[in-house]
Amino acid sequence: MSLNLYFDYVIFPILTLSVILSFIRLYKGPDVADRVIALDLIITIGIGVVAAYSIRSGQALFLEAAMIFALIAFLGTIAFSFYLSKGKKQ
Amino acid sequence: MMDIFIAVLSTIGALAILFASIGILRMPDFYLRLSVTVKAATMGVGVLVIAAAIVFLDAEVTAKVIATILFLLLTAPVSAHMIARTGYRSEIPIWKDTWIDDLHGKYKKDEGES
Repeated sequence: MSLNLYFDYVIFPILTLSVILSFIRLYKGPDVADRVIALDLIITIGIGVVAAYSIRSGQALFLEAAMIFALIAFLGTIAFSFYLSKGKKQ
Repeated sequence: MMDIFIAVLSTIGALAILFASIGILRMPDFYLRLSVTVKAATMGVGVLVIAAAIVFLDAEVTAKVIATILFLLLTAPVSAHMIARTGYRSEIPIWKDTWIDDLHGKYKKDEGES
C-alpha cells in the first residue's frame, strides 16, 4: 500500500470529517463566540489539509498558502473578539 | 521505512484534528470547547506540517515549516485568550457542573466583593 493511496483513503477522509463536524458547530452554535472558535478551527484544519495535499502531490509550494492561512486565522479571531467586546459595551 | 514513518506522523496529526472537532461538537460549554479545540488542533497541524518537512528534506521547506509552527504556537494562545476574555465579559453561561470560577465577581460589580 503506497503512501499516496494511504493519504487518499485515510488522511483526507479524516480531515474532511473534521471539517464537517466543525461546520455542524458553526451552524448550531448558541452564541457568536462559539461560531468564532468553530471558524478558527476550520481555518486551522485548512492548514492541515494544505500540508497533506502538499505531501500527496509532491509540490512544496503549497506550504506558503499554509503560512498565509495561519496569519489570516489569527487576524480574524482577534478582529472578531475586538468587535464583540466593543459591541457589548454600548 | 520512510513511508511508514510519514504515515504514522500524519495519522497522529489527523487523529488529533479529528479529536479536536469531536470535542468542539460534543463539549457542553463554550469554555470547554475552547479549551479542547485550541491545544489539540495546534498539535495536529504541527505534526502534519512536520511530516511535510520530513517528506521533502529541503532547507527552504524546512524553514517555511519552522516559521509556520512558530507562528502557530505564538498566535494560538493569544487568540484563545482574547476570545475567552470576550466571552466571559459578555456573560456567556458556564456549564452547571463547573465549580471553579476564579473570575467570579471581578468583572461584574453587583456580585461578590470587587
